[in-house]
Amino acid sequence: MSTRIETRFRACAAEGRAALVTFVTAGDPDFDTSLALLKALPAAGADIIEFGVPFTDPMADGPAIQAAGLRALAAGQTLAKTLAMVKTFRAGDDTTPVVLMGYYNPVYVYGVERFLADAKAAGVDGLVVVDLPPEEDNELCLPALAAGLDFIRLATPTTDDKRLPAVLKHTAGFVYYVSITGITGMAQADPTAVGTAVTRIKRHTALPVAVGFGVKTPESAAAIAANADGVVVGSALIDALRATLDSEDRATPATLPAVTDLVSRLAEAVRGVRRQAAE
Amino acid sequence: MNAPNSFRTGPDDNGHFGLFGGRFVAETLMPLILDLETAYNEAKADPAYKAEMDAGLKHYVGRPSPLYYAERLTEYLRAGAAPGMGAKIYFKREELNHTGSHKVNNVLGQILLARRMGKKRIIAETGAGQHGVATATLCARYGLECVVYMGAVDVARQAPNVFRMKMLGASVVPVQSGSKTLKDAMNEALRDWVTNVSDTFYCIGTVAGPHPYPAMVRDFQSIIGTETREQMLEMEGRLPDSLIACIGGGSNAMGLFHPFLDDPSVQIFGVEAAGHGIPSGQHAASLTGGRPGVLHGNRTYLLMDGDGQIAEAHSISAGLDYPGIGPEHSWLHDTGRATYISATDDEALAAFQLVAKLEGIIPALEPAHALAKVADLAPTLPEDHLMVVNLSGRGDKDIPQVADILGTSL
Ligand SMILES: Cc1ncc(COP(=O)(O)O)c(C=O)c1O
Repeated sequence: MSTRIETRFRACAAEGRAALVTFVTAGDPDFDTSLALLKALPAAGADIIEFGVPFTDPMADGPAIQAAGLRALAAGQTLAKTLAMVKTFRAGDDTTPVVLMGYYNPVYVYGVERFLADAKAAGVDGLVVVDLPPEEDNELCLPALAAGLDFIRLATPTTDDKRLPAVLKHTAGFVYYVSITGITGMAQADPTAVGTAVTRIKRHTALPVAVGFGVKTPESAAAIAANADGVVVGSALIDALRATLDSEDRATPATLPAVTDLVSRLAEAVRGVRRQAAE
Repeated sequence: MNAPNSFRTGPDDNGHFGLFGGRFVAETLMPLILDLETAYNEAKADPAYKAEMDAGLKHYVGRPSPLYYAERLTEYLRAGAAPGMGAKIYFKREELNHTGSHKVNNVLGQILLARRMGKKRIIAETGAGQHGVATATLCARYGLECVVYMGAVDVARQAPNVFRMKMLGASVVPVQSGSKTLKDAMNEALRDWVTNVSDTFYCIGTVAGPHPYPAMVRDFQSIIGTETREQMLEMEGRLPDSLIACIGGGSNAMGLFHPFLDDPSVQIFGVEAAGHGIPSGQHAASLTGGRPGVLHGNRTYLLMDGDGQIAEAHSISAGLDYPGIGPEHSWLHDTGRATYISATDDEALAAFQLVAKLEGIIPALEPAHALAKVADLAPTLPEDHLMVVNLSGRGDKDIPQVADILGTSL
């Protein structure tokens, strides 16, 4: 049986386009708004959802996602609540893949086995854990694969051809190419360099390659979409959300539409581009 | 846990000290820390590197640092002890090093390594500012660009060191995120490193971070224990009976302890910062009040909540205000080879004043925590017990803060 992630990438490829992968932080700015947003993302045009697990010390994230995590934590978000949100979402949507993205400590403290069982039961499809390189595969990657969850690895501009096979070895679902050296939400990705990098990675794997970290606008999403199987947008959505909050960081009636509008525009841009890269 | 045959063989090839340590970093940094490990292994085997280190330690840092018999403190504590009791107290004088603390031992090693690797830009995190000052100093000495990340709270309470770093040509970046102290400075330094991968060397200031940092920094700091061993043999004709040092990330402590780990007669005490007291929850005692978790590239004891969110540490001392501890200490704690205790803000402040008056040495607030526990332990030990405390730094940087606490305006 195909996984939701495989099915979705195949469907996008059949349409001759890249998938739009949207990142929002679970519980930002509060549980109810975040859950409503999660439910609204597919209709707005998100093909795959990355749901950020808040952490106090996100060392690969820029100010936007750092602040989103702190807002969620201040509102009482926990890993258990994040899993509960996915479960609720799954009851109404059995096809949109959900990937949890975050750092290892909350998972480690929750307990790896218990986490994998609960995540699987909630309907989580994959995991991106920033601070678990292949050197630490025994921690979570191998147990996750055994539990039937995709472990989606980051490949970066510093991952050279020599190292790439080790990075790809236990990667499942898709490869997440980090288009810049840097943290989320800062530098702008260079579409030409990204194209070259995606081609390089595809020489080593048959998995789809999604590109993220430096994609901010519909225009840049379209430029990246020409050369990748997926485009990830995160900080830009968080910025749009934050701009609608009141002075005490509470949601307003403008919060949900601001994010879904941007997702729609990104989706339109990504859908307007025919894939150039040969499969 | 079974005691190993030797406590001095760690870490394994993957940087593990038992459960602790490891390489929990983003993929972007993995190739960099692997390069660093290779470069460090090559340097260690190169006599030219050792010669450069030895010369730098002698002529620039001013080593060896003295081992000093603290006679008046010893006598003062004996006066309050039962007859025949009151250990003989020695200070390992790391505060006499150039830049005023032990931090420079490690920075010299890393900067010479950065030069070998052709790196031109050095970044560092700092809490009390002593590591930042040492890094700024050696960058000035070798003409390297230097950027120091420092929590905004620490920038305010360690003003003299901020100015020193600027005088030395470094740029100091106040970090506004999170708790605005050492852990956040480290996050920000890691973010810088991920961004500037090609030309930048991250000079970590303690025995923490991803492998190979905990082992490498320990190696550079082990000069403290190696000298202590020789000096004590020369002065007393035998090894010390106990060692005691304060712990922020644990580098001055590990430097003193490591050469003695396989001498079972030597008792080892690490002193964490108990802040307002462990029960208050406002402290920085990771081993006493924390649990194993993963932060800043390694698994170690951390202060955190039930959901794995890192807690804000508290200590009067900016250099101890960190919610984690080097992984090798976590391992020494779990194996029982070392004993970890804690001293409160008030105890440290009292010891700071006591040692200034009795010995004419103003210690930094960090080693004042160790001195506070010396005052507790020494009277319970016999007069022939030889105790070495690591006087890891001098207190000049703390003068404005202590004056403020004592109600004196400068
Ligand atoms: C004088 C002094 N001692 C101790 C420390 C704590 O660091 P560590 O535990 O790595 O020795 C510091 C840190 O700033 C310091 O300045």
